[in-house]
Amino acid sequence: MPVLAAMRLMTLNEIWNRPELMTALAIAIAFGGIMTACAYLILLERKLSAWMQDRVGPNRVGPAGLLQPLADGAKFILKEEIIPDHVDKVLYILAPSLSVFTTMLAFCVVPFGDVPAESPASQVFPFIIAPGIDLGIVFIFAITSLSVYGIILGGWASNNKYSALGSLRASAQVVSYEIPLGMSVVGIALLSHTMNLEKILYAQAEAGFFGWNIWTQPVACLIFFIAAMAESNRLPFDLTECEQELVGGFHTEYSGMKFAMFFLGEYTHVITISFLTSILFFGGWHFPWIAETTSAYAGAWAVKVGVLLTKAFMVIVLIQMLRWTIPRFRFDQLMGLAWKVLIPLATVNVLIVMCVLEFGVPHYWLGPLSLASLVAASLIGMQGRPITAITASPVLAPARHH
Amino acid sequence: MPISESDVVWVEQPAMNFWETSFLPAIFGGLRTTGGHVADGNIVTQQYPEVKPDLPHHYRGVHRLNRDDQGRVKCVACMMCAAACPARCIDIVAEAAPKDDPVWAGRDKFPQSFVLDELKCIYCGMCEEACPVDAIELTHIYDLTGMTRDEMLYDKEKLLKVFDETKDNPRDPIRTHAGRLGPAAEFSSLPTLGPATAVEADDRAAKAPSPGVISR
Repeated sequence: MPVLAAMRLMTLNEIWNRPELMTALAIAIAFGGIMTACAYLILLERKLSAWMQDRVGPNRVGPAGLLQPLADGAKFILKEEIIPDHVDKVLYILAPSLSVFTTMLAFCVVPFGDVPAESPASQVFPFIIAPGIDLGIVFIFAITSLSVYGIILGGWASNNKYSALGSLRASAQVVSYEIPLGMSVVGIALLSHTMNLEKILYAQAEAGFFGWNIWTQPVACLIFFIAAMAESNRLPFDLTECEQELVGGFHTEYSGMKFAMFFLGEYTHVITISFLTSILFFGGWHFPWIAETTSAYAGAWAVKVGVLLTKAFMVIVLIQMLRWTIPRFRFDQLMGLAWKVLIPLATVNVLIVMCVLEFGVPHYWLGPLSLASLVAASLIGMQGRPITAITASPVLAPARHH
Repeated sequence: MPISESDVVWVEQPAMNFWETSFLPAIFGGLRTTGGHVADGNIVTQQYPEVKPDLPHHYRGVHRLNRDDQGRVKCVACMMCAAACPARCIDIVAEAAPKDDPVWAGRDKFPQSFVLDELKCIYCGMCEEACPVDAIELTHIYDLTGMTRDEMLYDKEKLLKVFDETKDNPRDPIRTHAGRLGPAAEFSSLPTLGPATAVEADDRAAKAPSPGVISR
């Protein structure tokens, strides 16, 4: 009894005044939110895919299938945990955990609301797990680079040729697309003079609707979006896990909770890049008139969180719609896109930003200059095959596979 | 012979124009297509079992043995259906109708046991086409289930029960000659048939002690 009396629950005030407990609370909320969001995003993906294909999607479990994630979760947890005999046991178990761990860790510098100006703050809920990290973007790219190890180890440990091929392709793809991913954000880092995500967001919010980075860096947004989709192995870049060619790719041998963890990792990555796209290019929680930096009405923090979540949600829906819109890339087309298209475009973008900053050109020139670079790239790309009239006399060189 | 140069037409893929090279119009067009499908709400999925499917006419489902106008089973145990069945799922044991039983007046044979394995059956309808007295027919019932394999061996009683349950269903009209036996039962006498062609003098089969048997 005396022991019980000594252990009492902390009052809300005590938690409010201890920043480390607030961080723990933020971690709990973010982790729980992401896990739930992953589960329901899987349901949303199934429903959207179904509607795009004139089907219904899951609708038996709960109203309109809303309890389907619970059924899926129960299924994964209750499934028998099989570890095949021929696999490398340590790496086999390590791979999915690495996949989930790195993508979760990447989320800890992403703000999901209006972050307080001083950090660590007391009496204010920090809408970010790790506030004040000045190398926010570099941290994210470094951690997501580690996520490729999950795929490599998964394929290697599985000890079968489908998985090995899948993981080989995946590692080449992820490593190739990291370069345009990083370079597309260099322009923003130069313009905002910081790599801290909270400061980039705040700079856009202060500048208003026309201060969103999408106006000055449209091509960078496009490159970032494409490279980010390739990083998380989403269609049209998912030839590492396509069923038609590789059975399951690197996750062929996985079942039950380990398989679920690979997919949790992938969806967490999708959530992270959606948040990043909204924060880096679309102003984060800023919305004209209702969620400005000066908004101080009661519940303004909730509106800001809602605006950020809505923007991220729209990006996620776009990613899920693109899944069934664009056919899958072949491996050489994929590498060609990264090395021959995205990297030169990203380099030119960085050059443009450097020139604009160096020569003091007003920043509103960045948008038209970026679009001009895109036009130039298309014009260069048109130097392909010449048109041959169908009934003309034969050409000297036979038609070859280009 | 090699093809002459003037007969060969070289066709190259037309070069993409400026907008196509950027691939953006294609992507937006694709999004319009898929977005159109999402917004249309043209769902083609049928919500079974709340909505039953619209079966075509003469859908071949579970079998039934028809009764004649006196309530007796029409089947005369001629084994035509068993012989025609490609899956060999029909098993018939014939029995002579009792001579002095008024119930079986006018009938020679009836099946003592008629067992149809609904699991082996491929629902082709050959038995229905082969039956000369329109005794066996396939109904529209498709959702039959059983807990054991033995349960799905439909014997005469079960098949007659299917008849009793579906004879009034407008989906399963008794197709021909309701009540009476089919046309094969109308023959009162069969004319003798001669050979189709003239018999040769040295025909071994005609000279055999037993017709059709050729011995050495």
